[in-house]
Amino acid sequence: MTDAALEVEQRREIDRSQMTVSDEVAIQITEMNKWFGSFHVLRDINLTVYRGERIVICGPSGSGKSTLIRCLNALEEHQAGRIVVDGTELSSDLKNIDTIRSEVGMVFQHFNLFPHLTILENCTLAPLWVRKTPKKEAEETAMHFLEKVKIPEQADKYPGQLSGGQQQRVAIARSLCMKPRIMLFDEPTSALDPEMIKEVLDTMIELAEEGMTMLCVTHEMGFAQAVANRVIFMDQGQIVEQNEPKEFFNNPQSDRTKLFLSQILGH
Amino acid sequence: MSDTHAQTVRFVRDSMIEPQEPPISETGVIRWVRENLFSGWLNILLTVVSLAVIYFALSHLLPWFLQMVWNAGSLSECREIRNERYGPDAASACFAVIRERWHQLLFGFYPVEAYWRAVLGFVVFLAGMSPVLFTSLPRKLLWASAATPFVCYALFWGGSIWGPVATALGFAIGAGAYSLGFRAGGKLAASIAAIVVPILYWLFLAGPLARALTGIAPIGLPFIPSDDFGGFMLSTIIGLSAILLSLPLGILLALGRQSHLFIINKVSIGFIEIIRGVPLIVWLFTASLLLNYFLPPGTNFDLMLRVIIMATLFSSAYIAEVVRGGLAALPSGQYEGADSLGLDYWQSMRLIILPQALKISIPGIVNTFIGLFKDTTLVVFIGLLDPIGLSNSIRATTEWNGIYWELFVFIGVLFFICCFSMSRYSIYLERKLQRENR
Repeated sequence: MTDAALEVEQRREIDRSQMTVSDEVAIQITEMNKWFGSFHVLRDINLTVYRGERIVICGPSGSGKSTLIRCLNALEEHQAGRIVVDGTELSSDLKNIDTIRSEVGMVFQHFNLFPHLTILENCTLAPLWVRKTPKKEAEETAMHFLEKVKIPEQADKYPGQLSGGQQQRVAIARSLCMKPRIMLFDEPTSALDPEMIKEVLDTMIELAEEGMTMLCVTHEMGFAQAVANRVIFMDQGQIVEQNEPKEFFNNPQSDRTKLFLSQILGH
Repeated sequence: MSDTHAQTVRFVRDSMIEPQEPPISETGVIRWVRENLFSGWLNILLTVVSLAVIYFALSHLLPWFLQMVWNAGSLSECREIRNERYGPDAASACFAVIRERWHQLLFGFYPVEAYWRAVLGFVVFLAGMSPVLFTSLPRKLLWASAATPFVCYALFWGGSIWGPVATALGFAIGAGAYSLGFRAGGKLAASIAAIVVPILYWLFLAGPLARALTGIAPIGLPFIPSDDFGGFMLSTIIGLSAILLSLPLGILLALGRQSHLFIINKVSIGFIEIIRGVPLIVWLFTASLLLNYFLPPGTNFDLMLRVIIMATLFSSAYIAEVVRGGLAALPSGQYEGADSLGLDYWQSMRLIILPQALKISIPGIVNTFIGLFKDTTLVVFIGLLDPIGLSNSIRATTEWNGIYWELFVFIGVLFFICCFSMSRYSIYLERKLQRENR
């Protein structure tokens, strides 16, 4: 195990009792292809995600990993193949797209909080307008999740008054307020100072411990080794290798994976 | 070597120095003057030249202004009084014309006994708009704002109150049609119903309904036709109506121009470019002259209403471009953030995108509004009696033939007060929003 993974492990014991993978399929991707203009970004992607899985997707920049998870809630449109999320097929039907988006939480690299709303309003907005939850209930839920990410005292501040790490935790809480069954993370720690990465990773580990289905694009290999049950390596728009973390890091099969790992773990 | 200076360097302070006032040249007025007016040769030169220019302007204007004459029945009477008081050829402002004719400049040929209606109308308008302008007021008052246009119509034009009431009812019917349509067939059916049903109602039902109600209970003020409207009141009504109507229309056009729907996109672009590419005066002539060729003969389509429509369309094209700038300034992450939470298009626009885009666009929007408000004086060319038009007709009388400056100064001050208020409001709004989300 590498130093980074040890660090995550040592920080605190990871409780694996809830981290069980069921046989139920959460996401099914078959023969999916995507082009940006004439550029073939995703090629023949086949992937089945089971409920409760924690999947880390890594790869060099431009390999299509962000695009892949952005396709899962239709922020990007795929041009061929099928994506079925939670039993609903992603088509151009707007109703399906809105249903899937309200079931799938997404956390972005740059947080994408709404700067004109307070932290609490950021968290209650979607429940109020999409789920039509009564205001009081929505606020209680929001406070519950803000406590979970350990910043309830910031509820009345605006995003611009918070540090990057705090903003990202608010973004996670905002997604959780919709009670999603699947969470997507698009490089959640890449825009953060090293000190703040830890607080965000801790929040994500907690989520994993509760059995959330997670797909996470990240370069935090320590996190991958500690909580992922599967690591996917992508290059040039295709899945090059996937394996459980121990095998993936200790015994990579393809040359491209070996090169990538040697570059990011080499120092 | 190391202790060469040890003897001379040794020092112990035996008395502490109390704080003292800075030198006189470094404080207060003197310092300010030195730093801001005389900090260098170029600055000294500029200061002297500016002072000379200001002196030159004031030395010509002030005597004219201060030696004013308020009590006179005509320009020649004014001159007699001046000759008597200040000597012949002295510069003297004859504000007697304002004293004599201010009601015309303000109200045009609106009946004198109905001035209270116009004044009350503007008070109602300002009070009705305050919940929109100042968000600290209770949100429930917005219902009063929604009723304001109808109350103002009943005050300015008068006639049976059932006309505005029946018109207002159309909006309630639209809301009802939307919720019924939503239950019956979803969002699209609801939107279509909310547009079609009220239009049918306004075309075929509202008129008879208003007439029937008037027959039963004839309440209302005497009707005053648009032809009697004039002066600053006319400018304000046209200007404010166009401002109120052009903001929502401009926002829709800006969204249309960003839309991925081909037809909506191209129609919006075409509308904006054509309206913006032709001078307002041409559109006003179109409204006053050309429209008659297209309308069935005998149609009496109120000229003031036509002007309001044209001014609205004109400024909405500008607003659309200003708002588009605001929309373009938002990072795409805001759209993605809203999308990823499952908000639909209109929700994400209303709750996330527009509040931020409009905040960015405030200076541009207010700039457009101020321009529009001043441009209402162009209606003089199509025969409406705005303040400029009235100043012409006042000069055409034998009493006041030959008077220019006093009238234009008065009109200018009226416009300045309105435009300056708008500018101050926009600064207030910017500061408030700045404070709320830094």
